[in-house]
Amino acid sequence: MNPSALTSPSLLTVDGLVGVVFLIMVLITVVGGLIACNSERLVRSIAGLVVCFIGVAGLYFFLNSPFVAMMQILIYVGAVAVTISFAIMLAAPEEKKKIGPTSILAGPLGFITAALITGGFVVLALKTEWAIHNKLNDGSMKSIGLQLLTDYSMVFELVSIVLLIAILGALVIAREGRKN
Amino acid sequence: MSLLGLYNVLNTYLIIGAVLFGMGIYGMVTRRTLIGMLIAAELILAGSSVNFMAFNRFTAPDPVTGQVFTLFIMAIAAAEAAIGLSIIIAVYGHFKSIDAEDTAQLKG
Repeated sequence: MNPSALTSPSLLTVDGLVGVVFLIMVLITVVGGLIACNSERLVRSIAGLVVCFIGVAGLYFFLNSPFVAMMQILIYVGAVAVTISFAIMLAAPEEKKKIGPTSILAGPLGFITAALITGGFVVLALKTEWAIHNKLNDGSMKSIGLQLLTDYSMVFELVSIVLLIAILGALVIAREGRKN
Repeated sequence: MSLLGLYNVLNTYLIIGAVLFGMGIYGMVTRRTLIGMLIAAELILAGSSVNFMAFNRFTAPDPVTGQVFTLFIMAIAAAEAAIGLSIIIAVYGHFKSIDAEDTAQLKG
């Protein structure tokens, strides 16, 4: 771990400014997530999801992987969010109907469930002593490409087939629904 | 440990991942429509991806593994969104509603 994490960097140094940018990214992520899971209209919810994904992409930059950050923006913001927007436009006509919790119990009970799970994960993360190993390579884009085509080539091909089958299956299912 | 040095600490990312996961669980439990559940599932996947990337950066011996795994999670999420979209359109064509309460019969 970098020793600068243990001392307090000044606001005007490079480390301090990087810390400020990181806090902004965390804020974007959390606010976007809150909008995504709390807003009453699905269109606002998907907009919050996009904001949250952009914040997560910023976090990936801080985790030394700009490639995954770019893929996050391309795939999630560019493809997944647009796909869900299509679903909203094609199948959610009741814009005036509220989509809030079903009953009085669904709100508090759901919140307690989520809070317990989150708290459990946080306690687990803080209590555990994580073993730190030496790095074998630099984790750059070049080594990602090398490993994707050597060690992980089988999984790479399988994921390609899964995507192909998913898209074909999506076409088939949506077409059958249209016949009715 | 200061507020501005938080970006270099593993626990920060683990807590962010746990918060994203919890928000996804909350949305999954409280949402009524299928699209809302799909959005909540994406939040859960994002939380787990942040965890993978954090361990990849700070503890793993090979810093490629977590990135490759996150890429595979993204591909699976894209497939899931496509399948979810088509199922939602089929369900809407059949029931004229995407409320999870209305789509309660099994015989399609």
